[in-house]
Amino acid sequence: MQQEYLLEMRGIDKAFTGVKALTKVDFSVKRGEVHALMGENGAGKSTLIKVLTGIYHKDAGTIIFDGQEIAPKTALAAQALGISTIYQELNLVPFQTVYENIYMGREPRTKVGTIDRRRMIRDARQVLEGMGIAIDVQEPLRRYSTAIQQMVAIARALTINAKLVVMDEPTSSLDAKEVQVLFDVIRRLKAQGIAIIFISHRLSEIFEICERVTVLRNGELAGVFDIEELDTQTLVNSMLGRSFTNAQRSKGGYAYDEAEELARLEGISWNVRLNGIGVDIKKGEILGLAGLLGSGRTELCNILFGSEPPDDGSIFWLDQPGDIRNPRDAIRLGMGYCTEDRKVEGLFLHLSVKDNLTMAMLPQLTKKGVVQKKKQDAIVQQYIDRLKIKTPSSEQLVRYLSGGNQQKVLLARWMCMNPKLIILDEPTRGIDVGAKAEIEALIQEFSANGISVLMISSEMEELVRNCDRIVVMRDGKKLGELTDERITMDDIMDTISHGASAILLAKEGEQA
Amino acid sequence: MSTGPVNPVSLERPPLSDTLRKQSPVIMLGTLLLINAIFTNNFFTIDIVWLIIIQCATIILTGMGQTMVIATGGIDISIGSQMALAAVVCANMLPYGILPAIIAAIIACAVMGLISGFMVGKLHVSPMVVTLSMLLFARGVAQVINDGRILYIDQYKNFEFLGQGKILGELPMQIIPIVLVVALVYFIIEKTAWGRRIQAVGDNPTAARLTGINATGTVISAYVLSAMFAAMAGLVLVSKVGAADGSNMGRLAELDAIAAVAVGGTSMAGGRAKVMGTLLGAIVMQLITITVVMNNIQYEYAQILKSAIIIFAVFIQRESRA
Ligand SMILES: Nc1ncnc2c1ncn2[C@@H]1O[C@H](COP(=O)(O)OP(=O)(O)OP(=O)(O)O)[C@@H](O)[C@H]1O
Ligand SMILES: [Mg+2]
Repeated sequence: MQQEYLLEMRGIDKAFTGVKALTKVDFSVKRGEVHALMGENGAGKSTLIKVLTGIYHKDAGTIIFDGQEIAPKTALAAQALGISTIYQELNLVPFQTVYENIYMGREPRTKVGTIDRRRMIRDARQVLEGMGIAIDVQEPLRRYSTAIQQMVAIARALTINAKLVVMDEPTSSLDAKEVQVLFDVIRRLKAQGIAIIFISHRLSEIFEICERVTVLRNGELAGVFDIEELDTQTLVNSMLGRSFTNAQRSKGGYAYDEAEELARLEGISWNVRLNGIGVDIKKGEILGLAGLLGSGRTELCNILFGSEPPDDGSIFWLDQPGDIRNPRDAIRLGMGYCTEDRKVEGLFLHLSVKDNLTMAMLPQLTKKGVVQKKKQDAIVQQYIDRLKIKTPSSEQLVRYLSGGNQQKVLLARWMCMNPKLIILDEPTRGIDVGAKAEIEALIQEFSANGISVLMISSEMEELVRNCDRIVVMRDGKKLGELTDERITMDDIMDTISHGASAILLAKEGEQA
Repeated sequence: MSTGPVNPVSLERPPLSDTLRKQSPVIMLGTLLLINAIFTNNFFTIDIVWLIIIQCATIILTGMGQTMVIATGGIDISIGSQMALAAVVCANMLPYGILPAIIAAIIACAVMGLISGFMVGKLHVSPMVVTLSMLLFARGVAQVINDGRILYIDQYKNFEFLGQGKILGELPMQIIPIVLVVALVYFIIEKTAWGRRIQAVGDNPTAARLTGINATGTVISAYVLSAMFAAMAGLVLVSKVGAADGSNMGRLAELDAIAAVAVGGTSMAGGRAKVMGTLLGAIVMQLITITVVMNNIQYEYAQILKSAIIIFAVFIQRESRA
């Protein structure tokens, strides 16, 4: 006799030093359902998951899984019980190969007891191909993009024979196409009777794939809904405790030709990723880079910021040849760069929120080498308030913040610099709907103050909402540019898929 | 509080394990003192304090440099050889005056530190390999300069005052370099942008570079400073002993320095520097030796005890994996 519920968590409490993360949370998942866990940044979603999977130990409450009370002490124990998890912060080993990552900790053995590499390679390839991903599984993982790494993490979770698969923000680094691949996988799992806990800040995904929704607010249960009885406004209200609206940038009347130029890239080639691309950035405009993963958007930003030297091509800053040999030069010119992968390229995990926030600004905060504490504290507090960063204090180590709040710290690091150009690679990744609207409003405010913004987002709606102009890229080349009323989802998609023909429609900015 | 609705309930008592971890150097020091109070006769005398200051000086000085290097994510195992090099250079330069001798010794080591720092920071060679080579190189240079002999300097009474003299009555001279260097390193780490950068580079070099930090320069500065502090340690030692022995001085000093850093709570993975922790760690290391000696236990047991304490210290300070 099987119970209706596969998982029942009751009255879960969890506190960290200085933070009450969960208070009497009830959470239950039916067999074979896709269940969304929603809430603002820092609401306690990841904490609840980590309590379930044995990474944190609950202070109070019971967990009943498959009819039995469980209290897993380690992630491995949870895995053995049939709970497979993809954590928000990727926990793969970048220097090991793709297949080793997939089978880490449970490598198949040969008859003589050695690791059966041939089988691992074959099976890994099969699983990934089943997800529509054809990569060389014998390459080290770090050779691949964040999105591929995310797919590998998903593949890993799939190869574990699980009754429940937990996915903590699996889509935050995926583009629309890959999200569909993931959804296909989810539907397949569901058909096999496997239940899924799905966390995402993208509402459209929740409505597309999930059947029931549990909402947390400030570590407490705010509601459980069937998806049919739910509309966006109710869901958002329940999450934020208030309603919100997305700022929509007014389209039309953008005098691109008259705007003053800030920076210009000409004929940039790098590796095989960029092939003679040219892009110009005007003062005070919000320029979006659209394209699928691997189209070279991040690489272009790296080159502009001096993090990689181009093989060919030149960069102009205010019409002068820009001598940008490293990020320091770029920062001195007035650029800021919020990178795509916050853990690898952005955060100093062992340093405090305060240090993380002001690291780029230190030269301006020091007098004869000594950090001026008062000035530093004032700036930090200002941005904690402005971006509503949830942290018990500015001295809290940044690693203890929730994912979305870490992202806000990174944004603040560059915002406080008052840059001339701010490069944002996936600025709202992992950020809740409310904060996202606030950040988008901030981006628009930049532009109103004459700051140029160059932004990448795998969420096309975000580009459409915010940009004055969009450059569409594929294979390291510019396919076309869109401005004014041309900036729509359909036009972007058209340009991506019809590449060459779309170029005729768009104007050739760099030759003007 | 203006940090949003996060329920910042500050729990009355942080978990015991947390306190234990943060205060472990203090606890260990306390335990050692307690053991001595019970077992060691005549332990709580002022002479013991002087003894500790005199004997701790080299560990504290080298430990301070090591703290900075380890915070950048590196390690410097050449400091024992640097001490010997400084001693030998100084002894040979003493005929030209005390000040020139001291300066020459410090410069010689600074150059060695510069080379190590350059190899690690610029050429990205593994710090262990670089400073291992430096350990051999500096030791070799020290031996060559002295032609493998021991150079006695007991005729320079003014210089020997550095290592044997007293100030303000009974206070050993060593207190001066100790206070200066500890204060300096504490100031650098806690108050300056440089200190932040050292930890940033050790924590995440990629992010540091993308934040506009001169990672190469930061790493080099740490190795240079570490070598200079090692030089000071060498000077303190040679003036105390009254002879410069290029072959044996400072041997295994790196182990004490690294142990002091580890016991003090600085993460070996880089990214954090606990200056006061290293100070306590150095005293703990020396206190073990003193305890063992005063209780007539064989010196070899001190080694075993030390190793156990290092492991224990690093064990209770390890990060909970979350
Ligand atoms: N190890 C920890 N130590 C201290 N505080 C923590 C720790 N882990 C989480 N927290 C705090 O607990 C709260 C809940 O964090 P959690 O990561 O569960 O949020 P989340 O709902 O997953 O948010 P996000 O959408 O940003 O990922 C936050 O305030 C966070 O700062
Ligand atoms: Mg989370």
